[in-house]
Amino acid sequence: MMALVKNETIKMIKKKRFYVILLVLLVLVPIFSYAQLRAAEDKRSKFGTDWRREVQQAITDNQNSLGSDRVPEEWKKYRQIFIQQMKYYLEHDVNPRQPGAVAFTKEFLDNAATLFIPLLIMGIGSDIVSSERTSGTIKMLLTRPIRRWKILLSKLITLLMFVSLIVVATFIICYLISGLFFGYKGFNLPVFTGFKLQGADVDISGVHAVPQWKYILMQMGLIWFVSSVVAMLAFMVSVLVRSTAASIVIMMAALIAGNILTNLASAWTSAKYLFMVNLGLTQYLAGTPAPIEGMTLGFSLAVLAVWALGSLIVSFLVFTKQDILN
Amino acid sequence: MGAEAQQHPLSDERTGIEAYGGSEQRQIVLKVEHLRKKIGRKWIVQDVTFEVREGEVFGFLGPNGAGKTTTIRMLVDLIRPTEGKVMICGYDVRKQPEQALAYVGSIVENPEVYPYLTGWENLQHFGRMLPGVDERRIAEVVEIVGLDQRIHDKVKTYSLGMRQRLGIAQALLGRPRLLILDEPTNGLDPKGIKELRIFIRRLAEEGLAVFVSSHLLSEIQLMCDRVAIISRGRVLAVGSVEELISENSNYIIWELTPRERGVELLKAEGIAVIPDPDQVLDDTILAGMSEQAVVAQMLPDDVQAVLARLVAEGIQVHAVQKINPTLEQLFLELTEGESIE
Repeated sequence: MMALVKNETIKMIKKKRFYVILLVLLVLVPIFSYAQLRAAEDKRSKFGTDWRREVQQAITDNQNSLGSDRVPEEWKKYRQIFIQQMKYYLEHDVNPRQPGAVAFTKEFLDNAATLFIPLLIMGIGSDIVSSERTSGTIKMLLTRPIRRWKILLSKLITLLMFVSLIVVATFIICYLISGLFFGYKGFNLPVFTGFKLQGADVDISGVHAVPQWKYILMQMGLIWFVSSVVAMLAFMVSVLVRSTAASIVIMMAALIAGNILTNLASAWTSAKYLFMVNLGLTQYLAGTPAPIEGMTLGFSLAVLAVWALGSLIVSFLVFTKQDILN
Repeated sequence: MGAEAQQHPLSDERTGIEAYGGSEQRQIVLKVEHLRKKIGRKWIVQDVTFEVREGEVFGFLGPNGAGKTTTIRMLVDLIRPTEGKVMICGYDVRKQPEQALAYVGSIVENPEVYPYLTGWENLQHFGRMLPGVDERRIAEVVEIVGLDQRIHDKVKTYSLGMRQRLGIAQALLGRPRLLILDEPTNGLDPKGIKELRIFIRRLAEEGLAVFVSSHLLSEIQLMCDRVAIISRGRVLAVGSVEELISENSNYIIWELTPRERGVELLKAEGIAVIPDPDQVLDDTILAGMSEQAVVAQMLPDDVQAVLARLVAEGIQVHAVQKINPTLEQLFLELTEGESIE
């Protein structure tokens, strides 16, 4: 099995897919960092160096909008929650927007978890099996004295290894590059987590401060989980669909549909069983309300796990049984 | 694998290989029994049975779409047969693929390798999937196929002929006892085809069983000891090339003056004269034949007597030539005129 995984790893590296992904990160992160830097400068010119004024202003703005009829009820709920969280930060004298490479990374990971990182994962996952079929090398693999499930398993292991590598690489690149803009400090700054939402109210009894490094570690764990699930789904599509292009399109459509659904599906509650709307695991950490009523961290983890398991079963059944005709 | 195989005697009960009596002392390496495959509602392979023994080159001959590739894919476990079974060195390919496939090296259709790896890296890649293949073995097969010069270049820079060699190197890597080559001469120039033919014969002399499929009859005829002829998913005939040829009537070409009297005499002897020679003879033979030639269907043993008779009647005999039917003719007869290409 080691030899098979080695084979797959060599192919993955020599195909240069992984380098492309690193390159994408290396290009995009500085752009985001720069944008963030401009935003911070802008605020500083408005509020000076006192972050309390800035937070207070944000609270006031949101409170004002609550009285307006033009704001939908749902948004009002989000805003109420936001106000209560900000108040909590103020009371405990913690700046929620302390600039720094660590804070930037935290923010970036939050935003990247549902679409950006899954897209990168798809880049390597979608063609791991289908490329062998497109090129015909699948025949060379399957005529060896090795059972088919072992060959597929070696591919899966390799894929998960690269998923882990991408998650870690995203963090490292983010931290190193944004550090150039904001400085490398901030690992020990506190972040509050554990906000429980009950309707429009926030239950703060369980709220506690964790240092940012710990918070990021938790985020990365969740992102790793999401990425692995996306990888396994891409893996299944790659087994089922012969063409690499088709398998990328299918996965991309699913992910983007998920992003759209998250924004508008709160009325259709059974949508919560779709994997695409459960990708935002890190939002539970931050205390942002879930897109659909009834979703919790445990629920989302379970839904994703079921999808992952299902796609593995399908992948292995199909791959070990199918006739290789092309 | 090869080393392991040499440890047990071939007629060992564990391998289940039967010894063949009489002049056929060679072991059966590949045994195919009533293989059938249905895809959708169509029977692609209807009934295929044959055996390949060690040290022989076995030709698998048929027009495109006859079910050759489907059959080959069933031999190497890429396709599951609907009925029938494939035994390699006594192991059922379906039930014990790990054991059975260890004895096989194959190229199914084109030799597909990874273009972004070098030839050497490709061989390392496939070597890792086989037991007992080290760098020395890789160097060995590279030398056998004569790729030493370019082996460390990326495969995408290789010509088709070089890829074909790399494919063969890959197939030989695990010291197989059965080599399966699907249309191996595709894309090769005449020189390459000749080299390949010599190479395949050499491998067979070393004891390897070689299974070669082709739709080009001339190729099979030149390199194979025995052939199976397949059409529309059925094996029409299996036998040695000579056997298949001698079973069918021989043609004798006569050049006689005066022609008409000669023909009359032949007919009087009860010999069939073919009115339309281009229906039964190969283009290459027709090209070298004079317009006046008479093609007669008769046993070679009778030539002596007929010749004496013709001479006694005062007919000039310029030439007598015996023609063996080529596989083309054979095929035409067996398939009753279904076209070959």
